Amino acid sequence: MDAPANRTVQSVGQGREGELLEVAMGPQHPSTHGVFRMDVVLDGETVVKLKPVFGYLHRNHEKIAENTSYLGSMPYTDRLDYFCSLSNNWAYALSVEKLAGLQVPERAEYIRLITAELTRVLNHTCLAGFLLQDMGALGTPLMYAFREREKILDLIESLTGARMMCNYMRFGGCRCDLPPGWLDEAKKVVAEYPKFLDEFDALLSGNEILMARTQGVGKLSAELAISAGITGPMLRASGVDYDLRKVDNYGIYSRYPFRVPLGDHGDVYDRYMIRMLEMRESLKILEPALNDIPDGPVVDPKAKLRGFRPKPGEAYGRIESPKGELGFHLISDGSPNPYRYRVRPPSLINLTILEDMCLGQTIADAVITLGSVDIVLGEVDR
Amino acid sequence: MLGTGILKGMLETAKNFAGSYHDPARLTTVEYPEQRIASKENARQFPFLVHDTEDPMKGLRCVACQICEKECPPQCIYIVKSKDKRADYKGQMQLYPVTFDIDLSVCMSCQICVEVCPFESIKMDTEFELSNTDRFGGLLVNKHQLAKSNDHYRKIHPSEAAASDAALAVEVAKAQAKAKADVEAKAKAAAEAKAKADAAAAATPVGAVPSAPQPSSPATGPAAAPAA
Repeated sequence: MDAPANRTVQSVGQGREGELLEVAMGPQHPSTHGVFRMDVVLDGETVVKLKPVFGYLHRNHEKIAENTSYLGSMPYTDRLDYFCSLSNNWAYALSVEKLAGLQVPERAEYIRLITAELTRVLNHTCLAGFLLQDMGALGTPLMYAFREREKILDLIESLTGARMMCNYMRFGGCRCDLPPGWLDEAKKVVAEYPKFLDEFDALLSGNEILMARTQGVGKLSAELAISAGITGPMLRASGVDYDLRKVDNYGIYSRYPFRVPLGDHGDVYDRYMIRMLEMRESLKILEPALNDIPDGPVVDPKAKLRGFRPKPGEAYGRIESPKGELGFHLISDGSPNPYRYRVRPPSLINLTILEDMCLGQTIADAVITLGSVDIVLGEVDR
Repeated sequence: MLGTGILKGMLETAKNFAGSYHDPARLTTVEYPEQRIASKENARQFPFLVHDTEDPMKGLRCVACQICEKECPPQCIYIVKSKDKRADYKGQMQLYPVTFDIDLSVCMSCQICVEVCPFESIKMDTEFELSNTDRFGGLLVNKHQLAKSNDHYRKIHPSEAAASDAALAVEVAKAQAKAKADVEAKAKAAAEAKAKADAAAAATPVGAVPSAPQPSSPATGPAAAPAA
């Protein structure tokens, strides 16, 4: 309704064309996935400048680890990317094993592969739900995703004793063996999971609103992705074939054939689809692995729990975590604590590219672009 | 046709909505305080101290070695050693904790204290309703509140407890064998000494050879455990 001519009410923008508006999105904004702030400069609705501000969840992880024993840091790694604590455990255990020269028994390698792939499925399921939540599909997709996530969390809880803070891997193996009947339950969950993915695809992947909302939004070119050190599904969505499971062949990934899905456009839709496809590939690894798992010990008998002191040296262990390359760089001086402990967090490094993806887009697109990067603030801030 | 994808999606939601009235497997939630899901055997929430006897304070397995205090990543355990010693479950004289406090607000339920404990004396409880109205004293859990019986441990973690009982039974058997060997060795030594004394032609009559001390009975300990 137009205001009467004799009144002096002005709309906010009137007479202010061309002026920029600076908005602090977050740290309490619900779609920033935790305590993350974007200082956005807007021209109307268009983003002209975006500065990510983080550190609100900083808890001195690296320095705490340098003052704790090697074993004592293991539960802290759970708290980096709290959706994928088992992947974090594995990356840390891998670098300490490199440092101390420990061998991992066959059964433990299988358990690690199985738990890591379950974690990948879990993470991507959550991400799909949260991304849709950011786009305004309130409730339904997220609740469907969480319903399935709960099945995997139940498996993880009966194995490790905790739903999210697992603290399960140990240097040279795993903490405990699989409980009786666990494999059958896991097989059941893995066998039923494609049904959920089909349902989710039918619900969303062909949805015209979703396509219109995400295609061509938040584009990232392959050159920029490579030069910025982006890893994980984000890099693969830009069409770069780089998966540490193939490149490094850590663990026993070489035994199972799986494909690496690649995107064409590097937009939000590609990033979403890559994750949906990766879940199917993970299930393809899980199915035979759950059948092949041999009997045997789950931990290297040479590994010491108390008084663990690796020889002086340096090691970098990395894995393809669900979010990208997760690495731990350790320097030992022969004492029970690491001399230097450094995490290479995929969330943080993938976040550095946020401004380039958001420039020229609307503020609503910045939200879903951030959602498609898949960050966990526990890992960004450490 | 534009809109097919949307209709397909709506069909899925309709299926889920209608299905929840017919298929109990689709109802995934429980009404929490009234309904409860049975806790998993591996579940861990907060540590407790295992005791073997009726009197919790006398039968604590903890020998105040302070390994858990040292290894605890967030440093939430506080132990004060005793000045005197007392017999543990296998009759060996050991220290005991005068103070054993765990700060509930700091503990992160990582189970490292359980793993590093060489005496099977600290274990994880599955009790999860740990909230408290007293934010200062109520969150510092002392050894009286921490002490729980071995039967409780057998109830919440049956297979783990069986393994722990078996390990302790082996320890007790070892201690008994050692005590027996000691007794025999002492008896032998005493006999030899007596023979020597006799051979010394009773020039200086030796007093009564003190009899070897009997090892205290481990009957109250976990030797009586079913695994033994």
